[in-house]
This record gives sequence, C-alpha cells and structure tokens, in this order.
Amino acid sequence: MPHRTFIWFILPSLAAMILFIALPIVSVLVQSLHVEHEQVLVTVENCGPFGCTEETRVDREATAELREAQPLGRFNGFGTYLDRGHLATQELAAAWESSESLGAFWGQVMNLPFYRALVFTLAYTFIVTPLVLILGLAIALGVNGLPRMLRGPTIFFSLLPMIVTPLIGSLVLFWMIDADGVIGATLQILFDDPDLSLKASPTLTWITLFIYGVWSSAPFAFIVFYAGLQTVPEETLEAAMIDGASRWERIRYVVIPHLMPLAVFITLMQLMDNFRVFEPIVGFQAQASATSLSYLIYSSLRGDTQQFGSAAATSMLTILGVSILLAPVLIRTWRDFNRKRA
Amino acid sequence: MAAHRKSTALVVVSTALVALWVILAAFPFLWTLWGSFKVQGDFFSRSDWMNAITGPLTQEQTGGAFTGRGYWGAWIESGFWRNVMNTGIVVVCTVIISLTLGTLGGYALARSGFRYAFWLLMIALVFRAMPHITLVSGYLLPFFQWNLWGHLPTAIIVLVAINQPFTLWMLHSFFLNIPKDLDESAMVDGCTRFQAFRHVIMPVMWPGVITTGLFSFLLAYNDFAVTAMLLSSENQTMVPRIASFLGSVQQEGNVMFAVAAVVSATAPLFVLILFFQRQIVSGLTAGAVKG
Repeated sequence: MPHRTFIWFILPSLAAMILFIALPIVSVLVQSLHVEHEQVLVTVENCGPFGCTEETRVDREATAELREAQPLGRFNGFGTYLDRGHLATQELAAAWESSESLGAFWGQVMNLPFYRALVFTLAYTFIVTPLVLILGLAIALGVNGLPRMLRGPTIFFSLLPMIVTPLIGSLVLFWMIDADGVIGATLQILFDDPDLSLKASPTLTWITLFIYGVWSSAPFAFIVFYAGLQTVPEETLEAAMIDGASRWERIRYVVIPHLMPLAVFITLMQLMDNFRVFEPIVGFQAQASATSLSYLIYSSLRGDTQQFGSAAATSMLTILGVSILLAPVLIRTWRDFNRKRA
Repeated sequence: MAAHRKSTALVVVSTALVALWVILAAFPFLWTLWGSFKVQGDFFSRSDWMNAITGPLTQEQTGGAFTGRGYWGAWIESGFWRNVMNTGIVVVCTVIISLTLGTLGGYALARSGFRYAFWLLMIALVFRAMPHITLVSGYLLPFFQWNLWGHLPTAIIVLVAINQPFTLWMLHSFFLNIPKDLDESAMVDGCTRFQAFRHVIMPVMWPGVITTGLFSFLLAYNDFAVTAMLLSSENQTMVPRIASFLGSVQQEGNVMFAVAAVVSATAPLFVLILFFQRQIVSGLTAGAVKG
C-alpha cells in the first residue's frame, strides 16, 4: 500500500492515540516536575489598646489568584520523585542508618506508601500470573475430557468471572466474605472463631485479593488453552502412545510444548493487566492493608485537594515499571522481526 | 478407539475439578441474584446463612417471599436509571467510533508491507499496557483548564482512544486472514484503495468487526478509572455510581440498593455471553493464535 493511502487510512486512529495516549504521557511528565503553589503568607500588624502584635496569616485571595494564574504550580524538578510519598531517598537512607537488622529496615520501608504499593503490585503480579496459568490449564484439560454436550454450558459459566466488571465482581465477593455474608459466616463457624474477619488482617486481605485475581483471570487462560487443545496434533499423540508414553508423559512432552506459545501470550497479557490492579482494592475496600501503584494515583487525584504533581510522579514511576516489564517482550519481537527480514 | 480410553479415576478427578470450578465461577452471581430480592437482614444474616435462601425476615417485613424493594430504591429513589442511560450513551458511542477508526487503521496495517506498520503495532502494544489511571492523571489538569471535564463526549473520546491499540491489533489480525487477492483484483479492475475497501472488504469483514466490537463494548462498559475520574456526578455511568453508592448507602442501611444496582449492571453482561459466547471465545483466541 502506498505511503499516502496508508496515512489516510490510519490517520483517525493514530490521531486519537497521539492526542489521548501519547500527549497525556507528556502531560504527566510535565506535571510530575511541578508542585502545587505554597500558600501566600502575609504579615499583618494588629494594633489594639494593648500595643501592636505581628501576625502571619494565609492570604487566601492571593493564593487563589496565584493558583488560577499558574495552574501547573511551581517548578520542582525531581523534588516530588524523591519526597516521602514516592522514592523517599532521605527516609530510606535514615532507615538504613538506624535499623540494626535487615528485618527492621524492611519494616521501615514497608511504612513508606510508595514501597508498600510497589511490593503489593509486584506480589500480586508475580503470584497471580503463574496461578492463573496453572488453573487455566487444569480446567482446559478437564473440560476437554467432558462430553461435548456439557462443554458449552461449562464455558458459559466460566466466562462470567472474567466478563463481569472487575469492580462488580469484587463487590459480589466482598459481600459474601462479609462477617454476615455466606462465606464469612461459614468460615467463622469452621474455625470456631466469631471474630474472624477477612478484612481485618493485612495477610488475609492480600490472600483475598490474590484469590480474586486468580478467580477473575483464570477463565482467560482456560479459554486460550482450551482452543489450543483442539489443535494438538493427533498423530504425534498416537506416536507417543505407541512408544509407550503414559498419559502424564503425553501431556508433558506433547501437549505442553504445543501450548507453549499460548502460555507466553497469556503471561504477557496477564503481566500487563495484573500490574495495573486497581478495581479490586476499591471493591474490597482494602486500601488500609493493600494499595497498588494505580490505587496510589487514584487516591492522590481524589478528594478536595487534588495533588496533581504527586499523582503524576507516581504515574511516571508506574510507566517506568510497565516499560521494564515489557522490555524483554519488545526486544524479542525486535530480534524476530530482524531475523525475518534478513 | 483404544487410544482414547482413560482410567476411571482420572475421569472422576477431572470432572470433579471442572464441577468445582463451575460452582466457584457461577455461585457468587447466582447467590447475589437470589439475595437481591430479599431484605438486608436476610442477605446479610448473622444467625444463619440459610436465611438468605428461605428469607424469613423478607416474609415478615414485606409479606412475600421476594421483594423488589432494593430495585425500587436503587432505580427510582436513588436515580440509578439516569446512570444506566449514561452508560448506554457512552458504550454505544464508544463502540461505534472505535470500530470505525479501528477498521480503517487495522486494514491499513494489514495491507502495508512497510517497516513502520510493524513499529506502529509495537507502539500500540506499549500503549495497551499503560495503566488507564496514569493516563487519567495526565488528562485531569488540562481538561479542568479547558472546561472539558465532566461531559459525556469527553469520556467517550477518551475511551475510544484507550480502546484503539487493542482494536487495531485485533482487526489487523482479522484483515490478515482475508486474502489479499480479493481487494487487489478489485484494484486491478480500476477501484481505488478506498473503493476496494468499501465494496469488497466491507461485506466480508463483519464477523471480525462484531467480535472486536464485543470487546470494545466490554472495555467501555467495565471501565471504572476513566469514568470515575472524568465525569461529573450528574453524568456518572453505572460503575462509578455503584462505587459511590457504597459509601453513602452503607451508612443509611440501604446496602440492598447497591446489591440491586450490581445485579442490574451484571444482567446485560449475562445476556451478552448468552448470545455471543462463540464470538467471545474466538476473539480471545484470535490474538493468541496469530501471535
């Protein structure tokens, strides 16, 4: 296709992406280098019958005017990146100096909001993704063994957790694990502990969120693997059988290698999606024990005083994280592409 | 065939696993659907979870085994119908616009043999990985300044843009499946590229477009980050409204309003899977099979 025609076909789509994905990233970068104006202070002299006192007050009008004139705030360089809410370099150094053991240092690090969110996000990404792959493969193998008649309804119900709005899915589970809900109440009876609450303990909250993550993403892995299983080469399977391979060996040496490219695809998608975990934290109201990077941005942007600079700095760090996560994939694709051309 | 005989134990175990999974996947939704027609005392029953099924308090307070009180409260008293309308507008517009832009772009990417087409797809992949909330933090300040914040069209165009990388990838792989000879022979007969697209490709592209449309629909319908941050309270769509329900409603003891709203918002998705299961499955695998 000639360049000119190509441009006309792609232009609307490209314009939308440049305007609303590329430029916002630039906007985030610019915002992250700025910080809200400080309040304008004025010193007024109050003279009463007992002499004069000097008083420092916030000049609300001047502050509002300044903020109106320069909504971006004042230039702050990398200040926001290094402050306590983000990379917290000073606090880290202080903690390193003062703590005697690695455990104590870790405890202090986990008190810093950015690192707490980062640790949860990474834990979520790297725990949920492999579990999704394993569970998805297990269900796919199971469904593949079912009579054809039952497969349709099974797929129908399996799709539900994935298709349903993440916030709604997590709310539905949240109400069930409530102390008065069906699962929460049953757990209390099972463990004979009337105070047992999945919401109170940070560990249990993390586990709940991980379970939600696996529950809502497993269908995706299942469907992709199931489609892959339909194309497993029959001849290879039969040849393996003639050579005396057991069922497990056939899965291990024929089916799994055949599904490998699909597993790579699922892993890539899951890494991208799990790294931005956000809605479940809102749905499970888990922000006290677990926050993710996306949630940090959300909470900076909400409320009466929106901290654009802070949200933007977290966003930039998140984008950096995404890039690191994607880099191996991009490098591999680049190599493949070059090999094909050569 | 002897090759396909399996041991009984294995069949039992794998069937049990699938059965367990189906229960795990379906039970929460069926439970909530059933419970949404009960009063709060039954759905959140401290004494016995069986109350949510039999509903003694519902019987006592309303005189019937089922009550539509939650739905009445959510849809009429709290004005949830307005959020449903907003969602309808946002979703329909987003799907139509993203498919229009996406088919043109995806077709061009599939037919261009140049290196930059590959790079555009790679950039789209990177864009696809951006967490939506990071983009939102880029929009907010400029949108406030230009008075774009809070309106439905703003949310629509933002959702369209966020949707583009995925739509491009998907339609690109569908167009690769349509033989090149088809439109090229039309061009040999004297059509321009656009005429070939219009008269030869468009009639055969609908299966792919419908599948992609389903996923655009899901993205717009399920979105929380964009709609929660970019829409003013009177323009809110369903999902952020449900989220804001939680705070206000829990204090007033009207959790059932939120439960009813959640069930109402799930119903369309249920119907969607019912009718388009085949397309959803083929769409999920399309990306995987073609890399």
